Amino acid sequence: MITRTAADLADALAAGETTSVDLTRAHLDRIAEVDGGIHAFLHVDEEGALAQAAESDARRAAGEPASPLDGVPIAVKDVLATRGLPTTCGSKILEGWIPPYDATVIERLRAAGLPILGKTNMDEFAMGSSTEHSAYGPTHNPWDPERIPGGSGGGSAAAVAAFEAPLALGTDTGGSIRQPGAVTGTVGVKPTYGGISRYGLVAMANSLDQVGPVTRSVLDSALLHEVIGGHDPRDSTSIDQPLPGLVDAARRGASGDLTGVRIGVVKELSGEGYQAGVQQRFDEAVQLLVGAGAEVVEVSCPHFVHALAAYYLIMPIEASSNLARFDAMRYGLRVAPAGIDDPSAEQVMRATREAGFGDEVKRRIIIGTYALSSGYYDAYYGQAQKVRTLISRDFEAAFAQVDVLASPTSPTTAFKIGEKLDDPLAMYLNDVATIPANLAGVPGISVPAGLAPEDGLPVGLQFLAPALADDRVYRVGAAAEALLEKQWGAPLLDRLPEVATK
Amino acid sequence: MPPTTGSGRAEITRDEVRHLADLARIDLDDAELDHLAPQLSVILDSVASIAEVAADEIPPTSHAITLTNVFRDDVVVPSLTAEEALRGAPAQEQQRFEVPRILGDEQ
Amino acid sequence: MTDTLMSLEDALAAFDPAMGLEVHVELNTATKMFCGCPTEFGAEPNTQTCPTCLGLPGSMPVVNGKAVESAIRIGLALNCEIAEWCRFARKNYFYPDMPKNFQTSQYDEPICFEGWLDVEVDGETYRVGIERAHMEEDTGKSLHVGTSGRIQGADYSLVDYNRAGIPLIEIVTKPITGTREKAPAVARAYVAALRDILLALGVSDVRMEQGSLRCDVNLSLSPRDSGTLDTPLGTRTETKNVNSLRSVERAATYEIQRQAALLAEGGSILQETRHWHEDTGVTTSGREKSDAEDYRYFPEPDLVPVAPAREWVEELRTTLPEDPREKRARLQAEWGFTDLEMRDVVAAGAVPHIEETIAAGTSAQAARKWWLSELARRANEQAVDIGELPITPAQVARIQALVDDGSINDKLARQVFDGVLAGEGEPDEVIAARGLAIVSDEGALGEAVDRAIEANPDVADKIRDGKVAAAGALIGAVMKDMRGQADAGRVRELILEKLA
Repeated sequence: MITRTAADLADALAAGETTSVDLTRAHLDRIAEVDGGIHAFLHVDEEGALAQAAESDARRAAGEPASPLDGVPIAVKDVLATRGLPTTCGSKILEGWIPPYDATVIERLRAAGLPILGKTNMDEFAMGSSTEHSAYGPTHNPWDPERIPGGSGGGSAAAVAAFEAPLALGTDTGGSIRQPGAVTGTVGVKPTYGGISRYGLVAMANSLDQVGPVTRSVLDSALLHEVIGGHDPRDSTSIDQPLPGLVDAARRGASGDLTGVRIGVVKELSGEGYQAGVQQRFDEAVQLLVGAGAEVVEVSCPHFVHALAAYYLIMPIEASSNLARFDAMRYGLRVAPAGIDDPSAEQVMRATREAGFGDEVKRRIIIGTYALSSGYYDAYYGQAQKVRTLISRDFEAAFAQVDVLASPTSPTTAFKIGEKLDDPLAMYLNDVATIPANLAGVPGISVPAGLAPEDGLPVGLQFLAPALADDRVYRVGAAAEALLEKQWGAPLLDRLPEVATK
Repeated sequence: MPPTTGSGRAEITRDEVRHLADLARIDLDDAELDHLAPQLSVILDSVASIAEVAADEIPPTSHAITLTNVFRDDVVVPSLTAEEALRGAPAQEQQRFEVPRILGDEQ
Repeated sequence: MTDTLMSLEDALAAFDPAMGLEVHVELNTATKMFCGCPTEFGAEPNTQTCPTCLGLPGSMPVVNGKAVESAIRIGLALNCEIAEWCRFARKNYFYPDMPKNFQTSQYDEPICFEGWLDVEVDGETYRVGIERAHMEEDTGKSLHVGTSGRIQGADYSLVDYNRAGIPLIEIVTKPITGTREKAPAVARAYVAALRDILLALGVSDVRMEQGSLRCDVNLSLSPRDSGTLDTPLGTRTETKNVNSLRSVERAATYEIQRQAALLAEGGSILQETRHWHEDTGVTTSGREKSDAEDYRYFPEPDLVPVAPAREWVEELRTTLPEDPREKRARLQAEWGFTDLEMRDVVAAGAVPHIEETIAAGTSAQAARKWWLSELARRANEQAVDIGELPITPAQVARIQALVDDGSINDKLARQVFDGVLAGEGEPDEVIAARGLAIVSDEGALGEAVDRAIEANPDVADKIRDGKVAAAGALIGAVMKDMRGQADAGRVRELILEKLA
């Protein structure tokens, strides 16, 4: 049962074939079996999830399910505020912090009746591409436990890939949903900026962050997206327009017919730096799309080569300010400096932040502070904002020619744990294909494209669409998924090696 | 303008890192200072390319969206209770957040 | 260590002061600047917070539309241009009363800019340039626990975030120069005029003693007549804790004297923040203020720009109250005051009080009399502004009404003022409790007159002989006998009747 998609499970619940309590219990059992090795979860709320499941069953018995996904359990990245459940953001500085409020997306999950299984592991404050920067230890890729599951949302992706949860929420600032999706063989979506509320999402880079679905199928992502998405008056940057029909688009796409759809392959997002097997699977997938009627052309987005630099300025700048609130005064860790009898507030702040933040977080805070300090604003932030404009214009020009853009989601398959830890720049390069979408605010999806021949590890295929055209990524993503699964004869995750159990 | 070495590399010294850590209220120890400065220089070097990219007349983009004038009505919404507000506090007294002695004057 | 001070006269002979006034106004909106928490004063600590104003991880701000409206109206009333497009910015610094360790404010894009306000001092008009007015949020409040209750030497502090996020408008003047010896008076007049405007707009309580109007006085000196406008302004100090109109004038005066003495000795002025102490009448050194305080401003990414439509701005312009100078001219005409009388009223900051007293039924002259003589004297004695006295215009009106109907006389009225100011209650209650009513009982009066006549036979004879003026001594005796609770006019009548 736990290997089924959420849509299937929803059908099963509706048909009375199973109950939410049974379903939730099955997933809790799976977590107990495998999470010792995978470490996708930082906190499992067995009691709460089962209570919510029981409520779901009661609603269903009364003929009043709250939503199409009522009763389907979900895991939540630990960067989202959940009332009554710890929210650590993968950091020591928030160890044990229990928010007194729910993020808007969590409120919407609860209103829709999805039992929350627990909170998933992540790179500390979402800074990373491998989940190795979690203060609580890394998550292991279910395909190979010696490898990373991607980041920053490796926990959510691994949980879904290992069948510990049929659905998860992630967040994507530079690829933190899509890249884990690619390296774990799951589906991940970043909506148009402003498409899903950020109220309750612990901010990393406010102008780039978005919440999104992490699932095993495109339809599942569409279903989840429609539950959590849409305008929120508590988020001033949220889009005040109704969502386009995402589930409809996904269902339409599932026919596999792409007649008349123009797809642009981004020249700058392939070739050098891309693992041979990744490029190969990508090219093969594109050929499949052509066979389904799509028109494929090469497009050039020349300013994409500067995206990484712009991102690694804008993001630390915003994050350095966002993280200032962690100062031991109101919540979180408080550490007294060693050897000082009667420390001042200032000294306690400094000692706490030193002890509570990991290396990557410190690096980015320092860079952000540097880039904002007097005299440097124009050279760094100002310039990075201009590059953002140029990148947006590249997208506009490209979308004038094509309906969606395509690229490999990530330049490599999952690397080994520890392999890139000492080389921050090498780590940053994992995001080279995902970052442009965050800078321009356009929606993107990653769907599994197969396993790389040289290592047998998942490869991701990314589609990008114009802002507000999220339905396009669902349509094309669903089509690609259908075509590929037809070719494989089964979903990619069927080939997941058996995960070690306790 | 940011400092560069003769070869155009952006460089950040150990002292600068300490100053920045001060601004950011982080007590970096010597080992970290030694460790971080070269790493930061490498990162800054790689992002310095940004300086040449955009011509002056390109406008900056701060957000992908062009919303303006998002306001809220001046109507009271229920607050947290004091208990909820103080729940995470490392220390509290008299229903207030207890913080160590503050040096210097208020702004 | 006490400062050496040069006499004001000498200081102004040698130096020209330049001032900059920064005023923070607490708006009287129902909710905070970026969240829906209530703004009512005096609540239990930490009962008016939410994830946003507490700066909890994940929280987000949403702009209070009413605060924007108030900001625009303030700008219009100060003859400012209203920005077509502006943003909020983060001012980054660490302090325990700041939940986010940045303040959401406005930096290089204030909503209002380039305005002016004319103020009158001793019949001359000075135009104070307004650099900008912008929106920002207030901080939480700390109690310092230790021996002195002051921040220095405190053992620890207790923070209440109820006031964190309260909407503030910061109004900054351009350098005020060319005021010479009127500088302190101009500073005070500016703040008084600003306060009147804000009160008339209805955007704030503007009670300086409660902190809803705060003033920082920036002051520097440059050598007098040193070449007109080309001379750069000297190093300036910023003086905080200036909590009344009096303090504005006194603090400015003090700084002129202190800085002049320092400069004359060949010393230099430290660019620093100083504190005004109203009780001791001095400024003391606070934090060294470096211009290089690196706030690392950048536009607030969780908020979108504010772009007030010109139609909206014009609509708000129609809601502005009468221009203060026009209003004062109109009131002066209505009240029948001379220029000098009106000037005194304005200088005392008494216009709104007199207005309200008249509205409660008193004549203009009577209102002026009580506010400018009696109450202004007492305010001076207590070193406060007249508005801070615990008496209302309605109470003043009542006292005058009681004089008008003969229940009390002027002298007794002064005792009633004593009582009301001492918190003994309403005027009628004070009169009853203290037994101050004029005795109108003819029998008792007649007996008192008889006693006076009997005690002063010589005076009585003189009156019988026709020297009516001598009645004064007898009136005095009767008033003393009656402890002042008699109508002097009636006493005189009775005396003359009896000695006719």
